[in-house]
Amino acid sequence: MAQNRIGGQTIVFNNNPPKIISRASIVGKKEGEGPLAEYFDKILEDDLWGEKTWEKAERRMFIETAQMILNRAKKEPTDINYLFAGDLLDQIISATFSARSLGIPYYGLYGACSSMTQTMSLGAAMIDGGYANHVLCVTSSHFCTAERQFRFPLEMGVQRPPTAQWTVTGAGGVLLSSSGEGPCITHATTGKVIDFGIKDANYMGAAMAPAAADTIKAHFEDTGRGPGDYDLIVTGDLAKYGRQLTIDLLKKEGYDIEDRYIDCGCEIYNEEQDVHAGASGCACSAVVLAGYLLKKIEDGELNRILIASTGALHSTISSQQGDSIPSIAHAIVIEKKG
Amino acid sequence: MESLDVKQKKINEEYQKYANSISPKSNTVTNCIMAFLVGGLICTIGQLISNIAKNYYNMNTEEASATTSITLILIAALLTGLGLYEKIGKRAGAGSVVPITGFSNSIVSPAMEHKREGYVMGIGAKMFSVAGPVLVYGITASVVVGLINYFFIK
Repeated sequence: MAQNRIGGQTIVFNNNPPKIISRASIVGKKEGEGPLAEYFDKILEDDLWGEKTWEKAERRMFIETAQMILNRAKKEPTDINYLFAGDLLDQIISATFSARSLGIPYYGLYGACSSMTQTMSLGAAMIDGGYANHVLCVTSSHFCTAERQFRFPLEMGVQRPPTAQWTVTGAGGVLLSSSGEGPCITHATTGKVIDFGIKDANYMGAAMAPAAADTIKAHFEDTGRGPGDYDLIVTGDLAKYGRQLTIDLLKKEGYDIEDRYIDCGCEIYNEEQDVHAGASGCACSAVVLAGYLLKKIEDGELNRILIASTGALHSTISSQQGDSIPSIAHAIVIEKKG
Repeated sequence: MESLDVKQKKINEEYQKYANSISPKSNTVTNCIMAFLVGGLICTIGQLISNIAKNYYNMNTEEASATTSITLILIAALLTGLGLYEKIGKRAGAGSVVPITGFSNSIVSPAMEHKREGYVMGIGAKMFSVAGPVLVYGITASVVVGLINYFFIK
């Protein structure tokens, strides 16, 4: 009998709720010009960062983020039991090649932009279950590597529709621990793959909003909680219109989250940066969580948040073959005290 | 199971309609005006080059039009390399895609992008990833038109 399950999709970390003892975030130049700049640990001066390729630059952001997290916790890679990580590229090369350098036992995960809370859910379960003392969770994305894989070459003179989003260049991560000081992860709600038939890869917010709404609703039903139990409800990268759709979908289910709801995709850039609907990418929720939200929790401005990173699980081939975009959202609860 | 599928289909249709209703559409009027202005400007520059070729270099019409195409392609390739064509295209849309300069941009940009995968499998294989369909169907269409012209019109 699984005693730590409640409802259909949620688990509770009752045994030893994992603490987030260290965190770090690195972002690109454009993200460093946005409103959250002061919260990020390092801002790149250019997209290549002295590397020969954008892929290598993304990998370097990943590795340096991981090292920064370890340094802050005064840990060596040998102290870490698991690395859970993911990114957007084919065969998740950023995470895997970084794991090669870090030398930590590794599970590579693909959840597209939902990777951050996906890695943290599994990492938290490892610790609460007594299978690990320290788990490192890191995800990354890079505008230039994602753009060439999913869309057009960078120098192509094409127009982007108003619903298009801008992939965040950055890497963010946290160190989960069975002991020590830091905000706790208390619950994780695993998302289902949801597809309401949206096919437009330039309107991913609409494709992902039903997944976000479904997971948040499941979380409320499983835990018996409501929006009022959280200081802030956060989604990953739905951007302007996806955020509105999520509010509306949840209103239909009887949950009004509007007054305490932000989407990471709406927070990273300001209006003048011309990114259309907002931000996207694995790094979107990763850097906002690791840089901004956890800082607010540590400072006591927020006590309990629900965060659901959201991912669009299509590929260029499925899109070309006319398939719609299946999406997912995984939610976790982070509290100041466990 | 069928009724469930029908129900989901209805939900999907309603949702898609709603999602489209809250998202702003691209501004067709502004885009058309910009496309007209920039496209027109590119063609005017082409005409200028053609006139110069004819009047100052004594070229006939055929030579002048080849010179015009080559010059425009060179300028667009240079602008692409300098990262400027992308900025023009963002505002001009079809105005900078449709003229021959857009064709140049669609070949140079993937070539630049894939240089790091090597000269053969990178530049060589990926250079025509965007322009390829234009070439395939453009050449096919010209062959068909040529055959019709040869057998039925001449």
